[in-house]
Amino acid sequence: MSIEVIGISKTFGTFKALNNVSLNFPDGELVALLGPSGCGKTTLLRVIAGLEHADTGRIVLDGTDATDKDVRQRRVGFVFQHYALFRHMTVFENIAFGLRVRPRRERPSEKDIRAKVNRLLDLVQLGWVANRFPSQLSGGQRQRIALARALAVEPRVLLLDEPFGALDAKVRKELRRWLRTLHDELHISSIFVTHDQEEALEVSDRIVLVNKGQVEQIGTPKEIYEQPATAFAYSFIGSVNEFRGRVDGDFVRVGDEKLRFQTGTFKDGQEVIAFSRPHDTEIVANPQSEDGVSASIKRILGTGAVARVELVANGEAREGRKEFFEVEIPGSDVQSLGLSTGQHVKLIGRRLSVFADQNGTQAAS
Amino acid sequence: MSGVNKRVLPGFGLSLGFTLVYLSLIVLIPLSAVFLKTSTMSWDEFLNAVAAPRVVASYKLTFGASFLAAAINAVFGLLLAWGLTRYTFPGRKIVDALIDLPFALPTAVAGIALTAIYAKNGWIGALLEPLGIKIAFGPPGVLVALTFIGLPFVVRTVQPVLEDLETEYEEAAASLGATRWQAFQRVVFPTLFPALLTGFALAFARAVGEYGSVIFIAGNIPMVSEITPLIIITKLEQFDYKGATAVASVMLVISFVLLLVINGLQAWTARRTGRAI
Repeated sequence: MSIEVIGISKTFGTFKALNNVSLNFPDGELVALLGPSGCGKTTLLRVIAGLEHADTGRIVLDGTDATDKDVRQRRVGFVFQHYALFRHMTVFENIAFGLRVRPRRERPSEKDIRAKVNRLLDLVQLGWVANRFPSQLSGGQRQRIALARALAVEPRVLLLDEPFGALDAKVRKELRRWLRTLHDELHISSIFVTHDQEEALEVSDRIVLVNKGQVEQIGTPKEIYEQPATAFAYSFIGSVNEFRGRVDGDFVRVGDEKLRFQTGTFKDGQEVIAFSRPHDTEIVANPQSEDGVSASIKRILGTGAVARVELVANGEAREGRKEFFEVEIPGSDVQSLGLSTGQHVKLIGRRLSVFADQNGTQAAS
Repeated sequence: MSGVNKRVLPGFGLSLGFTLVYLSLIVLIPLSAVFLKTSTMSWDEFLNAVAAPRVVASYKLTFGASFLAAAINAVFGLLLAWGLTRYTFPGRKIVDALIDLPFALPTAVAGIALTAIYAKNGWIGALLEPLGIKIAFGPPGVLVALTFIGLPFVVRTVQPVLEDLETEYEEAAASLGATRWQAFQRVVFPTLFPALLTGFALAFARAVGEYGSVIFIAGNIPMVSEITPLIIITKLEQFDYKGATAVASVMLVISFVLLLVINGLQAWTARRTGRAI
């Protein structure tokens, strides 16, 4: 089922959680709403579900306006971060809940309920816990039961609010792979909220990057990773080195130093942020080199194929902390450049991405 | 080395010993004195004391009114707790503090205040009088007094559970298609039920033992509005110590059995809802 979000705004007190958000979720995809905490992604999900009502804007589900319908009528499956399983019911009864609360004439027979719940238990591979209570299950198992419970009512769309947020790293990885497989089987339009970029990149068909109540970028994980559209997108996805300065011809002037950049046209004197991924950043061993920003090596990690070099900026600390850089170079370069801890070097970006520095686009990383 | 202490928590012997001594001094020894004194009576004397029509009528009133009062408190205490935890309104803190007042008030004060209001010439009594409803100086008066003193027990046991019950559960129920009533009935209420039962038991136990507030409002008419604690006091005043302890021991046994039943009910629901496995 398609989901359309048109011009949604939502304010809590003086805090603008969503600011005129419009989105179109195509049918059958697994979409990630990705953003830092407090960016409004959960609010957006709750507005789509009908658990929260927007101040302005419309929600269109499957071509019909659902703005004024409440959560019961929208037929969405919602999975909560902390599972929200009913503690006093067995796993079986939890999953059967959605079927049992139907009006009498729509309610399936006891036999059908039993069959359906067992089918769902098999789907989430937890048939053997049917008679246990939620408190007897592990976190990962609980979340799978919560998912089965949401699927029992045959929702038109599945909404998951930080579904793996409360789980430990290993279970989380397993479960998100499992979710992907499950989605490929069921093809039910799903939206999940996450602040974990790795999760979003790995699981989703499409990522909606949200920041400060607004959509920053929409794209496939590949697009989002390789072509970040905004300064925020650049700094939020993956690790990145950041240089702030002014445009001066083909260079970005950072303090007294300069970095050559290749793409984009800016007016001279424009304040900009330049980004460079660790693997696109180069170390120049000669600290007297004309190009580059000077830094000193703090640590060299890994001596295999790829070495990671951590550096700090030379000179004054800005806003109480020294700027930190990360560079990935072939392990052999450590030898050939003769790098060692404490050494003064210069950094240049091979593929510098430059964005105008509007105050407030600062990365919340 | 059989003396090695295998328990992780130290002080088991000390705390068990202390618990037993304390319980004995405060509860068991005084109560067993009641039974000891009673046991000096002959069987006929005992039956005469505890099964006299006037005494039997008082059991019915005491336990009946206590049960009813606890039931009323269970319903309205739940509503109050709900109102206090789920909504914010001006003066909420004050209302919250008022709940505890029946705890703090000397019961005689409560009795006098209630009588003043519910008597024929009182504020509420005067309104009910033309309708032919008489509260003070009769069994309804007993019920009012027992409801008054039992209220905080239900509110205070249910409140923390309600506070812990996140709205997420209701949201989950709603997203699965449950109506508000179904969400309450199938999700909220079963979660609250054990606390409600505890509150009910406490309110009931308190009401059974209540004396001070009831005697002012009850009118204390033999066979009609005389509670068992008053019978005991009356017997004491007539120096009928044996009779008093006999009635007291019957009361004790009934109370104990009832509380045991409620505890059993607690354990049963706990097992059925997965909290005690």
